[in-house]
Amino acid sequence: MTALRILSTGPGVTVQDGGRHGYLRYGVTVAGPMDPLAHAIANRALGNAAGSAAIEVSPGGVELTAEDQPVALAVAGGGFRVTLDGEALPANTVVLLEPGAALRLRAGDAGMWSYVAVAGGLALPPVLGSQSTHLRTGMGGIGGRMLRSGDRLPVGAAAGPVAGAGEIIAPLLDRPADIIRVLPGPQNDYFDAEMFAAFLAGPWRISERGDRMACFLEGPTLSHRLGFNIPSDGVAMGAIQVPGEGQPIVLMADRQSTGGYPKIATVIGADLGRLAQARPGTQITFRSVSHAEAVRALAEERTFLAGPIPVEPLRRSAFSADFLLARNLVDGWIDGLRPD
Amino acid sequence: MSEAVPAAPTFLDAGESALVVEFGRSVDPALSDRVLALDAALAVDPPEGLRELVPTYRSLMIHYDPLRLDRARLVARVEAALASPSQVAARSGALWTLPCCYAPPHGEDLAEMAGLLGLTADRAAELHAAGRYRVYMYGFSPGFTYLGGLPEPLAISRRARPRPPHDSQAVLVGGGLCAVAHFAMPTGWYVVGRTPERLYAPERSSAFLFEPGDQLAFEPIDAETFTALEARAQSGEIVARKEPA
Repeated sequence: MTALRILSTGPGVTVQDGGRHGYLRYGVTVAGPMDPLAHAIANRALGNAAGSAAIEVSPGGVELTAEDQPVALAVAGGGFRVTLDGEALPANTVVLLEPGAALRLRAGDAGMWSYVAVAGGLALPPVLGSQSTHLRTGMGGIGGRMLRSGDRLPVGAAAGPVAGAGEIIAPLLDRPADIIRVLPGPQNDYFDAEMFAAFLAGPWRISERGDRMACFLEGPTLSHRLGFNIPSDGVAMGAIQVPGEGQPIVLMADRQSTGGYPKIATVIGADLGRLAQARPGTQITFRSVSHAEAVRALAEERTFLAGPIPVEPLRRSAFSADFLLARNLVDGWIDGLRPD
Repeated sequence: MSEAVPAAPTFLDAGESALVVEFGRSVDPALSDRVLALDAALAVDPPEGLRELVPTYRSLMIHYDPLRLDRARLVARVEAALASPSQVAARSGALWTLPCCYAPPHGEDLAEMAGLLGLTADRAAELHAAGRYRVYMYGFSPGFTYLGGLPEPLAISRRARPRPPHDSQAVLVGGGLCAVAHFAMPTGWYVVGRTPERLYAPERSSAFLFEPGDQLAFEPIDAETFTALEARAQSGEIVARKEPA
């Protein structure tokens, strides 16, 4: 079976599919991608199902190669620096990785997460129906842990031929994080109107404390009208809980299934990735929208993902002669400047 | 208000893809009955686009795909389920007997808790084992089961500061409730015992044993029996006993 091999990696790089669904009622965290849209676009650009298992790359970066056979990969997400054997590729790209060649992702000017999807998806043993890694319970991925150098990731059979290499054209991934849309509730009545307005206006600074479980916000202190302990109830991804000290916490992919603090609002599905990609220090405000607007934004994503994802061939002029030679585009080509 | 006509639930959005049907705001077996009845009714005949049901003490969270299941249609479906008497009958749960070792080293905090309550450790264990518990919900981590029905003399607040991580399969008391935790972790609860049973076993045909609404009793065992039963549980056997409702 064809496989990817991790050559080197920073901390926080994990395998994620569409998430571990169906077990929330037993206390099992969904996990899955922090930026569901970017994860889905990377998969769909290869013809995979949107929830196929892919590598979620943190700002720690990753370097990987193919074993045995060439493997078609797609990269999509934040503005990471992507290189193939040292040559720059677009941040959102489809590429054929030859055995021995090295694809490298490093944090760029913006964004927190990038996804490396593989034609056919990764083929690790599922736990409760999912390959998604959940670090706190040690589930999924490889042994429930972060990836490390030397890891071998088996690749599944591709559904069909893959589009040629090129740049993924996905304007939906261009998402400034200054305004995040929310639906009020489910416990917005624990706050009076003035406090809810203060919550929307912020401004909130994204703290350095965040991880896959939660995004911590720093700003005005919010106070509760009805106290801050509630009997635990269900927690959706994007739920914004306000604990006693009044600084909101947005619960993300690795959230627990239930929680006991009032949730003032919930980030709409279409803006989860927008928030996840915002770096610590980013200033945000919230805008309250209707259920219908949230559904329309989701429908726009779903329509984009249903069609073929546009991939534009790279202009050859963007590449140096050394790079093109290394690709062995023409068998028998001889480097006349380098005597044998 | 007459008890025969319970208040209509409140419908709360948790984003555009989750709806919370809230029956009240307290921990109360009667509210839990209504949550679990709705849970059962929707599970038997789920509308197209329903993804996942998460029952909690006093509300049911319904995860759904709003592009396949319109919110108004989902609300109407819930209201119809609540209006049908056959569908709102409370599910009668199974009765489980879960072995529990209160003795050292397993009941790490039993003596401390008993002291705070003015009881001996033996008396606290006896009271705990005499209780008949109700599985309210799971939450927090896989297999973490919240149980109602803690005998009144054992009602104690949670610790002001969490204690260091306990072992896996801990039986906990705190905040007027009992709980069983599969995963080892720091906790604000008191560790009164340990069960040899695995509440989460992904390779077992039933990864989880209890359903919300099931009844649970603890059977005291000594440390020797614990060791023997734990070995059997680790090899895949279910050592808790189940009696159908």
